[in-house]
Amino acid sequence: MKRRTLLSSSALALGLAATMGTSALAADPLTVGFIYVGPVGDFGWTTAHDVARLAAVEHFGDAIETVFVESVPEGADSGRVMTQMALSGADMIFATSFGYGPEINAVAQRFPDVAFEHATGYLQEAPNVSLYNARFYEGRAVIGHIAGRMTESNVVGYIASFPIPEVIMGINAAYLAAHAANPEVDFRVVWAYSWFDPAQEAAAAEALIEQGADIIMQHTDSTAPLTVAQQHDALAFGQASDMSSFAPDVHLTAIEDNWAPYYIDRIQARLDGTWTADNVWLGIPEGEVALSPFSDRIPADVQDEANAMIAGIADGSFHPFTGPINRQDGTAWLAEGETASDGDLLSMGFYVEGMNGEIPN
Amino acid sequence: MDFGSINPVVLIASLMVAATPILLAAIGELVVEKAGVLNLGVEGMMIVGAVAGFAIAVTTQNPYLGMIGAIVAGALVSLLFAILTQVLMANQVASGLALTLFGLGLSALVGQSYVGIVPPRTPKIDMGFLSELPVVGRIVFSHDILVYISLLIIAATWYWLNKTRGGRVLRAVGENHDSAHALGYKVKRVRILAIMFGGACAGLGGAYLSLVRVPQWTEGMTAGAGWIALALVVFASWRPWRVLAGAYLFGGIMVLQLNLQAAGFRIPVEYLSMSPYLITIVVLVIMSSSRGRTSMSAPGSLGRSFHAAG
Repeated sequence: MKRRTLLSSSALALGLAATMGTSALAADPLTVGFIYVGPVGDFGWTTAHDVARLAAVEHFGDAIETVFVESVPEGADSGRVMTQMALSGADMIFATSFGYGPEINAVAQRFPDVAFEHATGYLQEAPNVSLYNARFYEGRAVIGHIAGRMTESNVVGYIASFPIPEVIMGINAAYLAAHAANPEVDFRVVWAYSWFDPAQEAAAAEALIEQGADIIMQHTDSTAPLTVAQQHDALAFGQASDMSSFAPDVHLTAIEDNWAPYYIDRIQARLDGTWTADNVWLGIPEGEVALSPFSDRIPADVQDEANAMIAGIADGSFHPFTGPINRQDGTAWLAEGETASDGDLLSMGFYVEGMNGEIPN
Repeated sequence: MDFGSINPVVLIASLMVAATPILLAAIGELVVEKAGVLNLGVEGMMIVGAVAGFAIAVTTQNPYLGMIGAIVAGALVSLLFAILTQVLMANQVASGLALTLFGLGLSALVGQSYVGIVPPRTPKIDMGFLSELPVVGRIVFSHDILVYISLLIIAATWYWLNKTRGGRVLRAVGENHDSAHALGYKVKRVRILAIMFGGACAGLGGAYLSLVRVPQWTEGMTAGAGWIALALVVFASWRPWRVLAGAYLFGGIMVLQLNLQAAGFRIPVEYLSMSPYLITIVVLVIMSSSRGRTSMSAPGSLGRSFHAAG
């Protein structure tokens, strides 16, 4: 009985895959798949990607069809989900987390006709794997400046996820800007070892506030740190989306991810048949990174400085990593006036001079 | 960067809060497993409790009604598992995993309209001058009601399992369901009730997360707490007081490592984060030998389906 069920269900699955395959060959409409690392309702990273997906649906109407799978763990599971998506006729797959890299490249080699887009990745081992990322560090420099100007205890709490270049670069960018605004500032970093664990993030925020931090920054995706900040009347910044509804009194601004223009652009290219693998890194100048409206709690002069900084980044006159900058151990990294190369940033594994603590391995 | 900046009183007070969700879920699962049923759906029941408690608390603006609602919701979803495994004789492991997936999906669906809402505040119990006492005031007398309820549940469960007739019947059912059946005990009824108790506790644990600990509703917010609770039952070798000790130990490790990090210590976070699971694996290895299993006092009929033959 059981065996028969198994056989018939796999036959069904095969049949399904086959019909979907042919319908995809008919090429109308274009099927675009999205793989998310968190739930679409995280109000952070994944929500931002899903907002962009919906913007693409709105833009293209019947010309595309989208599917998404949420809360896909990094690692082998993501490979299975991608394979399933490709088998079900997806023509294009956006995979939106750093840790999907090895699986994307493996799956892409087996499905050369599917266009793969990997957010925040660095591996490009197949001609149909494209990489895209946003220069979040530009936004982090702006909130770092605000934090440096506004902290009274001179202790800024930073909830970090994993010790990867993306996160380390964010800490450094925020610290450099905060330090430039306030040489007394001290950053306390807590590694949560998770992108999304509200209870852990809340506990981390509490620990930081207990240690004297009066401003909390986060590089994790849940809104829990903001809720804790609100309870303790500490200031905080939102992550990936405007999170002010969770902490209306203490939310200063948020670094918003705006993926929609890029998604629409790339899907258009796929529709036109002009899609080719690329490796792009867009930021504030292109509108991919933006800051939420400033809270009234930010003094007017600080708002002006932050806006000037944003304008400087947008017109290219200011780079958050401009020398002289030394590494934490005192060795020289950037000379006077030199700006960091993208390669340096994408492989960043060290704190800049002045940061306390060590990066876990 | 000194130990002095970590206040042990605050640390203990916050580890009690951090441990409460897994404590509640684990004591419920302990009773379920004592009855011989392995319910891997703790995570699912927790998150259903979290969303139900949140929704009811927001609608009625009363956190206590929310907690009661979470208890009912947790018990109701666990009833699904009870029907599948006790009436329809489905495999317990598969049903439990299905319950987790179902709970995560259902809670996401129900919770859609509750994202971004602030729940009514759960007040801390005001104990007058007791809360003002140095040290003990902060550790013992200044929590919200659920911290105390969770301790009461532990004590009551210990007493009930060991000192009452009903508790002995439940343990008999878990040790050897055939003998219990031969003696005339209603194996299925006992198990279904135990499963519902487990669901109620898990639901309450979930509501503690969404109403007190975090407090907000976010999809997937239990983030593995249910699995830690499951591990905790094994780690505690099915003894209520050890569940308490284990939960405070696991909660303590988490709070302590975050505090050490915040104070600027270089500590191996990755090892500390995985330590609850490592300990559990060690316990499971010990358990896998038959002598170890006896010494760990795993219920004899744990995970086996019962079919009354004659």
